[in-house]
Amino acid sequence: MIISNTQTVPGKTITEFYGVVTGSTVRAKHLGRDIMAGLRNMVGGELPEYTELLTDARAEAIRRMSHQASDMGANAIVNVRFATSSVAQGAAELFAYGTAVRVE
Amino acid sequence: MIYELLPLLLTPVLLLGAWATGGVLERRNLKDLHLLEHGSRDILAITLEDPPAHWEIDRCELVMGSVVISQDYFKRFVASLKGVVGGNITVFEPLLERARREALIRMKGVAHARGYDTIINVRIETSTMARAGGNAKGTAGVEVLAFGTAIRVVGERSVLPSPATVAP
Repeated sequence: MIISNTQTVPGKTITEFYGVVTGSTVRAKHLGRDIMAGLRNMVGGELPEYTELLTDARAEAIRRMSHQASDMGANAIVNVRFATSSVAQGAAELFAYGTAVRVE
Repeated sequence: MIYELLPLLLTPVLLLGAWATGGVLERRNLKDLHLLEHGSRDILAITLEDPPAHWEIDRCELVMGSVVISQDYFKRFVASLKGVVGGNITVFEPLLERARREALIRMKGVAHARGYDTIINVRIETSTMARAGGNAKGTAGVEVLAFGTAIRVVGERSVLPSPATVAP
């Protein structure tokens, strides 16, 4: 599965459109990680617990989106966009969407 | 009596502690960023959606880099004071700048590790994480995500097309 955030796949041509594909996930870290992040929040700087949380969640959202695209028979997803929203304390919804296409 | 005064004493201690450690950590981070940026300068990142038409592209892939960063307690306190009088909240400006630079470096690092030399259509998004706990002031952190399409260009990455492709 080729994934890109451009209108076309660079170096290839689109032969067929399959429509919008989406993938989303809501994730939270366990309490220990939240407490660690809370302590780090005092001194500032990176909160690696949350960086990891969001990176993993985004990877999962992309995986779900790719599954949906491959079920449709697509071999690429173009114009991928991301959206993040925080639904609850310490939890985040990651949403990825794009257009499933066939490229050659 | 002493227990009632404890919260009053704790706040200045926390502010002082945050001021001292936060400043040190920030300076160290800026030094690291400078070095890392120097290391990743071979990867060209551009915000153009379409690469120049004469580039021959071998393969492509979505790459991203992200970071969640938070402001120290002292600076959050200063910012809340500043919010009363208005104006530029300068203590927040370096924070976001650091986060963006870090995210770009990580994105370039991923592209480099996977054998790409250029990233096109780079986008940078910022979002706020929900608070992990504690009081309602401020945020638990700001997430900056940089993403783009990494491409491998065969041959030279010249900006100007070869003379043959230019219309007279």
